[in-house]
Amino acid sequence: MVTPSKIHGLLAEFDTTELLLEAAGRVREAGYVRCDAYSPFPVHGLSDAIGFRKTRVPLLVLIGGVVGGLGGFFMQWYANVISYPLIIAGRPNNSWPTWIPITFETTVLGASLSAVFGMLALNGLPRPYNPLFNVPVFSLASRDRFFICIEAADPKFDLATTRQFLETLHPRSVAEVQR
Amino acid sequence: MTALPTNTPIDKDTLEVLGPGYTYGSVTDKISSIVLTRKTSVRWWIGFSLTFTVVIVLVSAIGYLLAKGVGIWGVNVPVAWGFAIVNFVWWIGIGHAGTFISAFLLLLRQDWRTSINRFAEAMTLFAVACAGLFPLLHLGRPWVFYWLYPYPNTMLLWPQFRSPLVWDVFAVSTYATVSLLFWYVGLIPDMATLRDRSKSSIGRFSYGILAMGWTGAARHWQRYQIAYLLLAGLAAPLVISVHSIVGMDFAASQTPGWHSTIFPPYFVAGAIFSGFAMVVTLAIPLRSIFGLRDLITLRHLENCAKLMLVTGLIVAYGYATEAFIGWYSGNPYEIYVTANRAYGPYQLAYCALLFCNIFVPQFLWFRRIRQNVPMLFVIAVIVNIGMWLERFVIVITSLHRDFLPSSWGMYSPTFWDWATFIGTMGLFLCMFFVFVRILPVISIFEMRELVEQTSEEHAHAPEEQIDRMELAATTLEAEEDVWRERE
Repeated sequence: MVTPSKIHGLLAEFDTTELLLEAAGRVREAGYVRCDAYSPFPVHGLSDAIGFRKTRVPLLVLIGGVVGGLGGFFMQWYANVISYPLIIAGRPNNSWPTWIPITFETTVLGASLSAVFGMLALNGLPRPYNPLFNVPVFSLASRDRFFICIEAADPKFDLATTRQFLETLHPRSVAEVQR
Repeated sequence: MTALPTNTPIDKDTLEVLGPGYTYGSVTDKISSIVLTRKTSVRWWIGFSLTFTVVIVLVSAIGYLLAKGVGIWGVNVPVAWGFAIVNFVWWIGIGHAGTFISAFLLLLRQDWRTSINRFAEAMTLFAVACAGLFPLLHLGRPWVFYWLYPYPNTMLLWPQFRSPLVWDVFAVSTYATVSLLFWYVGLIPDMATLRDRSKSSIGRFSYGILAMGWTGAARHWQRYQIAYLLLAGLAAPLVISVHSIVGMDFAASQTPGWHSTIFPPYFVAGAIFSGFAMVVTLAIPLRSIFGLRDLITLRHLENCAKLMLVTGLIVAYGYATEAFIGWYSGNPYEIYVTANRAYGPYQLAYCALLFCNIFVPQFLWFRRIRQNVPMLFVIAVIVNIGMWLERFVIVITSLHRDFLPSSWGMYSPTFWDWATFIGTMGLFLCMFFVFVRILPVISIFEMRELVEQTSEEHAHAPEEQIDRMELAATTLEAEEDVWRERE
């Protein structure tokens, strides 16, 4: 038995998505907030069940796209109007329609980069160490098993009662996660 | 579900998107076993060594080119573009089917994309890598390629932003970056799977680094799915823009045979046409060598064949329009180029392209041919050749005889042209061999999702196959046993 301060949380293991979804709902109803569900593939409705709805990824993508687009356009504007004006084929210096293709490309580039790096940053990845990996059975979270972890940092967490509560959710097993 | 009996899936042809009897576990094990547990086959070593030899040919050809200059190629005035640009357009077009499959079909919720998107995206990346080599080598001084990018420089100069050739630099580099990101993001959960399955410490370490600590948390999946969907939404117009801009490289010039508004859409259709041909060319050997016939099924091949037919018809319409406008323009130079393609010195290439791209794909109207794997393979290879010939005809016939007969000339590729071209094929295949050996060729987590979806569908289907009913029954019994044990 490890001392409570060495414990990261309790990990319950489930066999099916139905059990996981139901358990996730019950965990949330019971008032736990520092918890997450783990599945080998995205389970429809799971993030709703644990009470996570809004993500800022779309906002970041929008910002990235706008910055990329404006940056691309004004780079060309600056080059052709301010830095090195050069009359070609009698066109005005600010011949903006010819800049649209590059503006489009930089928009897509900015939005894509912020989608990927924004998603990773919000997810806190890369994360080299995660206490969950101390539980051997957790390696099945990337195969065919489903998990719910209630963290010890949760205000309602109590090793004995939380364990009892998790046992009522028909888990396959409940394990202590060491730090 | 290790406690449950799993009906071992058999490797056979099926018209479903997934062979029968798969569970989350078995689909995971089957795909990851290719990378983790199966012995590297002798055939893999032979294939890898052969293609690696061709890579050495490519490296030598490039080395000689850097030493001597582009004079070793057949390019000269008036045909200054030659093989380099033909190959560039061909390769970049091939890449487009990968993005089409991963982005468009994701947005359209086509479940048959799942088992082919991973290797199609890899195909995109490798094709773009091969494509990118050609314009760089064609620069004459490839070592100053970075002059193409706007950066603060001591020459106080900027790239010519009004030129489609500079648009192309931006389009292709954005495309390469976004394709890489899209591919890598798709790989992250599978890297976690391999990290957790790998028996060797090197495997655990390297897949672990690539997985970046992925756990499959619900919050992570939520952000992941949104980011992936948005990337698909961004990649879809991007792929259209890339080949449209490649089309504008030609169309924005005044050369007869190039100066035509049909080029951008017709190039995009041609790109997807050749790309699907390459997907089929790669998928057929892949599924038979690794026993993936129940994951990459006849349904996938047939759907690719249908898309080849559709895009092939658009390409045929493009040829017809080109010829019609050539005549209808009343412009003697346009009329001459059109006639010169059909009857001039490159007549053979033009006729061969009509045969490969218009005549041969018509066989795909027949279901029996679409479902005949060897026939489909042959047709796909012919289309690949045809699409290369199309770019050859566009580049060479338009340049070799334009306005002034005094500046007419002929183009013929040299040994080094062929060495570079065949070398990139070796590079492409070699990278593909490495890819199938070290990364999962099929997206594992999306296959698990597919297992979930198809099992839901079957639960509601009244006309259920008897064996599947039996499987369901045994699964239920076993589940009950598990429950009883627990209580």
